[in-house]
Amino acid sequence: MENHMSIRVKAIPENESLARSTIAAFCLSSDPTVDAVNDVRTAVSEAVTNSIVHGYDGKEGDVLIEAQLTGDVLALEIVDYGVGIADVEMAMGDFFTTKEEEERSGLGFTIMRTFMDELSVESKIGVGTTVRMKKRLRNA
Amino acid sequence: MKVNAKMNNENLYLYLSGEIDQSVAGDLRIKIDDYLESVKVKNVILNMQELTFMDSTGVGLILGRYKKLRQKHVGMFIDKPNEQIDKVLKVSGLYRIIPKL
Repeated sequence: MENHMSIRVKAIPENESLARSTIAAFCLSSDPTVDAVNDVRTAVSEAVTNSIVHGYDGKEGDVLIEAQLTGDVLALEIVDYGVGIADVEMAMGDFFTTKEEEERSGLGFTIMRTFMDELSVESKIGVGTTVRMKKRLRNA
Repeated sequence: MKVNAKMNNENLYLYLSGEIDQSVAGDLRIKIDDYLESVKVKNVILNMQELTFMDSTGVGLILGRYKKLRQKHVGMFIDKPNEQIDKVLKVSGLYRIIPKL
């Protein structure tokens, strides 16, 4: 089965649970494992948090979440139009954070990479950031 | 998101419930720190039985409390995380410094 959806939410922390729950519900038609849905929920939460906390950092903006289901493979794009990431490779390193004083763990990308099958990040300063992730939702 | 506290001997049990993400992290930090400053404790046990979701924002929050408590030689432990939270904590390496009971 093929299916797709997109939601666009205001970049506020209150919308994180809306985003992860919506994507989790979207996955259900592919008869996913419970673990796979939990992994997706967590990865979406990390990506949307990054957009809100780093991309916009309190400024107004939207986060766009696009999901595509092909059979039991979920492809996600999480897009913001915020400040962008200067050095994507560095930002994706374990425990890297620009906000240590706010007690951020620096593990967002680590979790996305571990919980999903594929992760790639495209970013441009002043334009925004797109996170792409893929995951097979049934046991291979 | 809720947190309830219970003292037993010199152990402070913090019962977390609901979901931990950026939307609640600020309030939760203040609540937990209030508990930690109001009593003298030997150990803090984070009971996660009623906690349904946590992402890396929660890891940062727990690490922050751990660093404060370590200075006062107070131990910290995690109890009854669900599978989703357990995986986040494992990937984070948090159990190396804050053991699971």
